[in-house]
Amino acid sequence: MASGRPLLLPSPKTPASPYPPRPPFSDLPKPISEQPNPNPNFNPSMDRPIPYSSSKRSGSSRSKASSGRNSIEGSDSSGPITTTVGNIALAGSGFSSSNRRRYGSRGAGSEGLASQREISDEDARLIYINDPEKTNEKFEFAGNSIRTAKYSVITFLPRNLFEQFHRVAYIYFLVIAILNQLPQLAVFGRGASILPLAFVLLVTAIKDGYEDWRRHRSDRIENNRMATVLVNGQFESKKWKNIRVGEIIRVCANDTLPCDMVLLSTSDPTGVAYVQTINLDGESNLKTRYAKQETLSRMPEEGGIEGLIKLEQPNRNIYGFMANMEIDGERFSLGPSNIILRGCEIKNTTWAVGVAVYTGQETKVMLNSSGAPSKRSRLETDMNREIILLSLFLIGLCSIVSTCAGIWLRHHKDELNLLPYYRKRDFSEPEVGNYNYYGLGLEILFTFLMSVIVFQIMIPISLYISMELVRLGQAYFMIQDAKMFDEASNSRFQCRALNINEDLGQIKYIFSDKTGTLTENKMEFQCASIQGVDYNSRKDPLDEQDDHPVIVEGQVLRPKMKVKTNLELLNVLRSGKESEEGHNVYDFFLALAACNTIVPIIVETQESGVRLIDYQGESPDEQALVYAAAAYGFVLIERTSGHIVIDVRGDRQRFDVLGMHEFDSDRKRMSVIVGCPDKTVKLFVKGADSSMFIVIDKSFYSDVIRATETHLHDYSSLGLRTLVVGMRKLSGLEFEEWQSAYEQANNALMGRASLLRAIAVNVESNIRLLGVSAIEDRLQQGVPEAIESLRQAGIKVWVLTGDKQETAISIGYSCKLLTSEMTQIIINSNSKESCRKSLEDAKAMAKKISALSASAINNGDLGSGRVPLALIIDGTSLVYILETELENELFELATGCSVVLCCRVAPLQKAGIVALIKNRTDDMTLAIGDGANDVSMIQMADVGVGISGQEGRQAVMASDFAMGQFRFLVPLLLVHGHWNYQRMGYMILYNFYRNAAFVMILFWYVLYTAFTLTTAINEWSSVLYSVIYTSVPTIVVGVLEKDLTRRTLLKYPQLYGVGHRQECYNSRLFWLTMADTLWQSVVIFYVPYFAYRHGIRDGSIDVSSIGDVWTMAVVILVNLHLAMDIIRWTWLTHAVLWGSIVATCICVIIIDAIPQLPGYWAIFHVVSSGLFWASLLAILVTALIPRFVIKVFIQHIRPCDVQVAREAEKFGNSSESTAVDVEMNTIRRER
Amino acid sequence: MMDMEVRSTSGAGGGTPPVPVNLRRSKAYYRFTQQNLPACKPVLTPGWVISIFLLTGVIFMPIGLIALHASQSVVEIVYRYDTECIPESFRSNKVAYIKDSSISKNCNQTLKVQKHMKAPIHIYYQLDNYYQNHRRYVKSRSDRQLLHGLNYNATSSCQPEELNNELPIVPCGLIAWSMFNDTYTFSRETAELKVNRKNIAWKSDREHKFGKDVYPFNFQNGTLVGGGKLNPRVPLNEQEDLIVWMRTAALPSFRKLYGRIEVDLEADEFIAVKFVNNYNSYSFGGEKKLVLSTSSWLGGKNDFLGVAYIAVGCCCIFISLLFTLLHVKNPRHESESSPQDSEIQMTTR
Repeated sequence: MASGRPLLLPSPKTPASPYPPRPPFSDLPKPISEQPNPNPNFNPSMDRPIPYSSSKRSGSSRSKASSGRNSIEGSDSSGPITTTVGNIALAGSGFSSSNRRRYGSRGAGSEGLASQREISDEDARLIYINDPEKTNEKFEFAGNSIRTAKYSVITFLPRNLFEQFHRVAYIYFLVIAILNQLPQLAVFGRGASILPLAFVLLVTAIKDGYEDWRRHRSDRIENNRMATVLVNGQFESKKWKNIRVGEIIRVCANDTLPCDMVLLSTSDPTGVAYVQTINLDGESNLKTRYAKQETLSRMPEEGGIEGLIKLEQPNRNIYGFMANMEIDGERFSLGPSNIILRGCEIKNTTWAVGVAVYTGQETKVMLNSSGAPSKRSRLETDMNREIILLSLFLIGLCSIVSTCAGIWLRHHKDELNLLPYYRKRDFSEPEVGNYNYYGLGLEILFTFLMSVIVFQIMIPISLYISMELVRLGQAYFMIQDAKMFDEASNSRFQCRALNINEDLGQIKYIFSDKTGTLTENKMEFQCASIQGVDYNSRKDPLDEQDDHPVIVEGQVLRPKMKVKTNLELLNVLRSGKESEEGHNVYDFFLALAACNTIVPIIVETQESGVRLIDYQGESPDEQALVYAAAAYGFVLIERTSGHIVIDVRGDRQRFDVLGMHEFDSDRKRMSVIVGCPDKTVKLFVKGADSSMFIVIDKSFYSDVIRATETHLHDYSSLGLRTLVVGMRKLSGLEFEEWQSAYEQANNALMGRASLLRAIAVNVESNIRLLGVSAIEDRLQQGVPEAIESLRQAGIKVWVLTGDKQETAISIGYSCKLLTSEMTQIIINSNSKESCRKSLEDAKAMAKKISALSASAINNGDLGSGRVPLALIIDGTSLVYILETELENELFELATGCSVVLCCRVAPLQKAGIVALIKNRTDDMTLAIGDGANDVSMIQMADVGVGISGQEGRQAVMASDFAMGQFRFLVPLLLVHGHWNYQRMGYMILYNFYRNAAFVMILFWYVLYTAFTLTTAINEWSSVLYSVIYTSVPTIVVGVLEKDLTRRTLLKYPQLYGVGHRQECYNSRLFWLTMADTLWQSVVIFYVPYFAYRHGIRDGSIDVSSIGDVWTMAVVILVNLHLAMDIIRWTWLTHAVLWGSIVATCICVIIIDAIPQLPGYWAIFHVVSSGLFWASLLAILVTALIPRFVIKVFIQHIRPCDVQVAREAEKFGNSSESTAVDVEMNTIRRER
Repeated sequence: MMDMEVRSTSGAGGGTPPVPVNLRRSKAYYRFTQQNLPACKPVLTPGWVISIFLLTGVIFMPIGLIALHASQSVVEIVYRYDTECIPESFRSNKVAYIKDSSISKNCNQTLKVQKHMKAPIHIYYQLDNYYQNHRRYVKSRSDRQLLHGLNYNATSSCQPEELNNELPIVPCGLIAWSMFNDTYTFSRETAELKVNRKNIAWKSDREHKFGKDVYPFNFQNGTLVGGGKLNPRVPLNEQEDLIVWMRTAALPSFRKLYGRIEVDLEADEFIAVKFVNNYNSYSFGGEKKLVLSTSSWLGGKNDFLGVAYIAVGCCCIFISLLFTLLHVKNPRHESESSPQDSEIQMTTR
């Protein structure tokens, strides 16, 4: 091995390499049919330095001229977005099967599919490569500038106001405020009526404006990034926003792609480009994309590429792409593996050239990110129902008043002219006319409108502001919660949406991603059994790190991740490969290092002379195995399509990769054929135990196999993911046989995939067992406990994962989602008919089982209980189920199961499953995930939670709440959710009560004023009532109230059922509250009415004085009412509650100290008489008695769970648990 | 049972609080952020409930009795004179009578004192079916003008009694315009009973609300005279009848203070009252009454509060008895409701 060889990114064309670019046997399987005339200039052209022209040359004028029309706003210009879930999965599966070696670029799956379908001309968009003028001539394609901001400077005010007034309540208040401006109707002063609304609007506008400004900023940064674009035969720098469809763009390693483009050529001679799609679907591994053979060799700078691409309209399917390309009269199809998408990053490929096909808003990533629907909490929706009731009530009151006023006016119509207190006629003008009288009809109308103005606070505007404030406060406490602080990532809980806090208390379904959400997404090699010997690093882990740094040109290369090693195993390795044991171990680790699809990437570090090897691959398991091999001295340094370089304990060796049989779900194993430096040809196989033991040669090593099986069982019972590794030496004859068969299969036109599979099966036989590896995908801390708590709380947890079914089930077991007593229903279907059948079967089975368990319960056999069902369904089946008539069947089946596991699901399918539940039930859904592939699900669910883990920020950005660990879900839902729900529910009811009580007092008084809307209560007191007098205590209670302690709530997750049963806010409570309101308002009004009717020493009471009596009475009563319901009194609660009453007194005194107001000094006159105090006491006690009595009797006779738990909290549980009849009521009621 | 309960921070789940920022800075702040402020959590135990109701009942009964007694001790004479004080010939057309200024409005009646009345005896006039709280009426005044007089002229609120002959009216507005102007003189066995008509208005009104230098101007000069006239040489703050009238009553039936008799009236005494029946209550069916009343600490004669207190007190005692009975028959001691039970039951549902 030439050590002087520069070791940068692995590439077969490295000039200094002593080896020919192709491995010895590689010409043979080389596809011939597709490359009939290999370009003789192929290698030289690829080897010359990349022509990277600076942008000093001319040609920028062209881009300038076009930049104007390039920036478009909005994404509507694109065609109809046709997205079906089926499309995705089809394309996805096609893609995976085509993701073979290089030869796979013309592989079995996707391409055949794509070429069979023609894109009809009217649906197609035509793109002339390297001719943006012509391309954009006919079709106005979107420019590449993106726009996520909602407003511009000009549109801000109207659009923001427009959006704010989507809240019906705001329109209501606006109408009221406008009505009040009419002189005939002016009930309140102008300022007093418009101020509250203006304040709310202003605060919201400032908030929105700030958010939009931040979006503008990030858009600007994004649009002004630079890309290299071919202009007039030269590559020049160009801003992203100026890129147009049809232009040729070059991207270099680690560049982010500016738009969706079809690959034309790459630095790899075979046209491979590795991309990382982390920003797109959250997968951090590298994916391979291919340039077409036909375009590979054409250098765009030399005008080598002229052609036409015909492709489908933009859509949001990131796994599907259908197009064909015509170059030099030759036509061939393009599939999803030929397109690289905006937002991806080019990795491990020096450069790639492509033609822009979708830009700006039409790129798949933008289409996918568009439209996060704004969420509204369930409680708020329910509240709106009651708001409508209240408005009807309000209209009723106003109708009563206006009708009575009409009757009164009619009755007195003869007297009105000179009535001292009416005086319809105006004599002050020379001509006697009517004063302020517009006829009976109009008078009735005016009375109606005025009564709307007077009674307007029946609909509590302050409630909306209070709710915002309360949510803000609740969010503060959630963020501050030390129990939801993730030490590992040093991240706090984040509250991104502020309007759905209380939904957290009513969640019925949780949809969880698996990788990174339930697990840490860190695979770790744990132990191995080699030739029947168990090397368990768990038993005696070696802390001392025995590094195997590889030194290349004085640079130290070190694997990025460190793996715990086993001393025993190391000793065996140190002893060399002479002993049989050593030889086996050597082969085992060689197999681990070689038999995979991992691409090593060298990363620079801060430390000089040290570089890290980062192993990138689609399977985290393989990554873990390669890291493990590296830890034991088998460091994979380089992988190209033709060979791999492994540093074997300090000795760099080159292995030629002669053939590879990729993993497929039928074989459940993969194999690789390598030509070793010692000129032997070896086949390494690894796979699941079930599939491996079939092909293992059992004749010689029966005892070894038996021991290995024992170890296998041990490992899997520990929850480890096991893989069996085997090896076979191929003789020259065998190899040649294989090779010719492989070549034939590769050239076959029909059924290539199955032919290749047959060859693989054929060669993967008589395998010598090397050993078993065990990997741990560590569950996040506390996940099983969290899931158990959630289940006890009555929440159903569904896991939706892109993983394999086996992995999903094994994780299901390890996180205690699945248990051994569960009956599993597995649905894997490939057609709609079989889906229908399996669904029906499953439903029948579910029914049978539930009947069985029901009878078991009836027989008094409580021990067996109900047999829980677990439904396991894969993405392929879901293609045929979602958005078809089968959806309903699935819904019925799934809701009957206690656990649902969906594997191999695409992002949009995740959203589809969430929608399945969301659209059919009233139950609240929560989706939790960490990757960009969870975004659609997070946005679809009622509550979206993002895990701020390793996989990008997309999930967090789309989420309503973000946190560091899955287990925080338990305090979030069970503690904060419960509190928030209880607080908010109570607060809404209380606000209804508070305002309605006030309105009713006004209403009763109106009945005694000839129905003329006189308000005894001062107009300023009316305005301040819901602002100063009574609002602060509700807000503080809404933030600080705790009906139960955190410990109790965590100890008894069943208490979460309060939210499910909607115990804190429902129609019954609303009507009860309203009845109570009616009673209280009657008491407040009529006690002073009767007490003061005939008067005091100074004669009868005047309007202002009795108004003050009512003001004081209602404020004190309303606050006492709150005090009666407060469970937890802190000094803050005391301060605000009593403070409000004091503040009210002060305000009333101030108002009554203004000589310009009619009520001057009234309060002092009122309080100086004993009558006031006697009436006040009578009001307070009489008004509160019914509520108190009902409360006390309910607590005594039918205590609710919360009540029971609260008493237990208070008095401890020291006593013996003797069953009490009273307790049973709780349970019966819950059913 | 309402003891202070202080929750320990570690009680919520154990472990060290992982917030890295200077924890020692303020333990109170940390407790606040973790929602663990010391708190009192009262739980309504049967004992508490019974005693609360009992206590309320025990307090309310005597208050009710006292209030009832106070109300009973008030002696009140109510005499409706508007019907009596119309000559027989005008009974069918009362409005014509009251509008005709040429006819004398004097009217003599005799009232009998039923019980001993202790000084001071308040003299009220009572108007029924008179909506002094009518929206148009209430608004038709200018408090600034009352204070500043002609210096203040933004008196549009006084419509329709703002201007007369293009000159401002002081005091303006319907309220002042419709001032009550019946007068009463009392005599007892030939000797006149002195009526003190000073200090009938609120002191605060006289001193701060009605101007010292504001004199009536252009008042009741219009074509339509609504009620009493004012002496233009007496400043508004001494026009106590106006001040009393301007305190608009809250309810359509109201009494306003006319004056006080500062001697006792004996039982079975006859008092002659000379009414000057000026005020037109006939056109809208109002009633005018003369009220003579003593007062108690609760004000006038009104049994309502006393009865209400006694009723509420009885209710409370009844509820407390009911609850005691319920508790004795069906005891539910809080310690029995240990959460273990409820947990078991909750899970088996």
